[in-house]
Amino acid sequence: MSLDQFLQYVFSGITNGSIYALTALGFTLIYNATDIINFAQGEFVMLGGLTAISLYKWGVPLPVACLGAVVVVALIGVIFELAAIRPLLSAGIMTQIIVTVGASLALRTAAMLIWGREALPLPPLTGDTPIDVLGATILPQTLWVLGATLAIVVALQLFYKRTLTGKAVRACSVNPTAARLMGVSYSRVVLLSFGLSAAIAATGGVLIAPVSFMGYSSGALIGLKGFAACILGGLGNPAGAVAGGLILGILESLTVGFLPIQGSSGYKDAVAFLILLLVLFVKPQGLFGQRTMEKV
Amino acid sequence: MKSSHVVLVLVVALSLFVFGLVGCGGSETTTTAALPTDTTGASNVSTDTTASGPTGDPIVFGAVLSATGPGSPLGEPERATLGMMETQVNDAGGLLGRPIKIVIEDDQTNPKEAVTAVNKLLQQDKVVAVLGSSTSGSTLAIKPITQQAGIPLMALAASNAITAAPITWTWRAPPRDALAVETALTYISKVMKLTKIAVLYDENAYGASGMAEIEKVAPDYGLTIVAKESYKTEETDLTAQLTKIKAANPEVVVVWGTNPGPAVAAKNMDQLGMTQPFVGSHGIANAKFIELAADSAEGVIFPAGRLLVPESYTDPEQKAQADKFIADYKTATGANPPTFAGHAFGGLTLLMDAITRAGSTDPAAIQKALGETKGVVTPDGIYNYTADNHDGLVADDLTVVQIKGGTWVLAPR
Repeated sequence: MSLDQFLQYVFSGITNGSIYALTALGFTLIYNATDIINFAQGEFVMLGGLTAISLYKWGVPLPVACLGAVVVVALIGVIFELAAIRPLLSAGIMTQIIVTVGASLALRTAAMLIWGREALPLPPLTGDTPIDVLGATILPQTLWVLGATLAIVVALQLFYKRTLTGKAVRACSVNPTAARLMGVSYSRVVLLSFGLSAAIAATGGVLIAPVSFMGYSSGALIGLKGFAACILGGLGNPAGAVAGGLILGILESLTVGFLPIQGSSGYKDAVAFLILLLVLFVKPQGLFGQRTMEKV
Repeated sequence: MKSSHVVLVLVVALSLFVFGLVGCGGSETTTTAALPTDTTGASNVSTDTTASGPTGDPIVFGAVLSATGPGSPLGEPERATLGMMETQVNDAGGLLGRPIKIVIEDDQTNPKEAVTAVNKLLQQDKVVAVLGSSTSGSTLAIKPITQQAGIPLMALAASNAITAAPITWTWRAPPRDALAVETALTYISKVMKLTKIAVLYDENAYGASGMAEIEKVAPDYGLTIVAKESYKTEETDLTAQLTKIKAANPEVVVVWGTNPGPAVAAKNMDQLGMTQPFVGSHGIANAKFIELAADSAEGVIFPAGRLLVPESYTDPEQKAQADKFIADYKTATGANPPTFAGHAFGGLTLLMDAITRAGSTDPAAIQKALGETKGVVTPDGIYNYTADNHDGLVADDLTVVQIKGGTWVLAPR
């Protein structure tokens, strides 16, 4: 395999992986605050993309449409928390997780009724002339996704480590009761996490729509891969989530390139998930996860 | 608890009463309506009807269509077409001098509902033949029932399995999937004169069955498959698959899938600087593909029904019929007829032709006449059925279309 081909597989992996990474970040945020795995995360990605497409169609300038979509979906995230998660705070984590599964189905169906069954396009932010790197090409839009991912992960680290609210979020994750006794409003932290997480997912949707189009069912696969990325990187660690996403994406595309058979693309999910399983056998907390002791 | 029971009983009793009344009312009106024909009004009525249209009991056709649910883009235009044709046929004197009636049932794109619907059509409406369903899943579900009942089924879906044995009572109007593969591969080998093909296909049922067919028949056209890669319908980026395909150095890339996959592939091919021609399937025979792929759609070639590009008709009778159908459909619905509307038009036309030749509405007679169908013209093609061939069309009935300047033109021959 020549260098340009190898690079092209890596770039292809980065394109897919950066959206997995953003989705994984959304999972991490909610998990850190509540221990809930939000299975509607992929649907927030889809809603972000579709909302931006509608706003743009109504004549809103592209950058404003993108930001607007992020705000709208953040609000949907907040409403979702208030309507479906908050009433069940006392019902236990498992019930809340099952509610997010239900919500993902409901959101998908609602999107189908609003936007129809066909995928819709969105123009790229800065043109679609591919950038040539040593004979391999990458789209400017992919760099946007990657840039947004890195910016968000840095911002999140600062938020968690440096700000009082961020510390409150972490405190709630470690011990909600103690955090409450220290004067942290647990319910406000949960609300904030859902809003932020939906906003991050929507950012992913808005940025990936020009590359892959967006339809009502686009969120399912992205959500699943984002969750896998989260586990691979170590649940709860934002930097791990991003690394997990990129590694998963690159693994998939290298499988296509390196399996010396026709039709190797059919096996790329299998190979990627096999590696995920192996990692979990060796390091159950994920590549960058911290071993936690839970007192029972 | 007790009072709610009382209320429930009251409601049930009341509803029975009301429905009973309606039922009585219904039968009463029919008797009163029937009365005049028996007595004084008889001559009046019959002279009126012979002057303006058909007389006697209507010939009842059943149709199971996916008018709602995921299949509605197929079923809805079919429903509109059958409704329009019912009026047209009756205005033009009916069939065998009798009016026709088409009872349309919606299967909600659900094979279970299709079974319920077809049983209702057979037992309650006593239909002479069934059209449907719009989607392959529903069609395969109702096929054993019409087969068992001995009623002709005119399928409107494309899966190859529909006309696999047993086929005694099953016929098909649209071109089957394999025909599109034949048309595309014929074009590659005969017109483009290329031999090394790469195939990129969707892993869903549509793409996988297309791929299987391509692998089966490619050698017959002297084609070698140098690369085959697949993707999931919602995959974000296909450059990995295409990089592998590019390395195999094919002369043409065949992409078998429905939107949005092929549009992503077209854009990715541009990104990778791949200059090979892109040959798609009939799954991209819609304006959506052009909207999604935009500039990357330019030059894309795919097989499609001639109804999509009416200028492709070479048979003058077929052209006149298609032009009239397009105009009528536009008047009735305000839109151009999609391919599926043509399937419904063809299906009913074939059944009526068989009934006319049989001179009877006995299902066995219709069945026998269908098997002798020869040269029946519809917008989808010119049909010849035999006892073994219940797919009336040949690859020539499809055409090959190219996208030029954001619209469809006939591909160069």
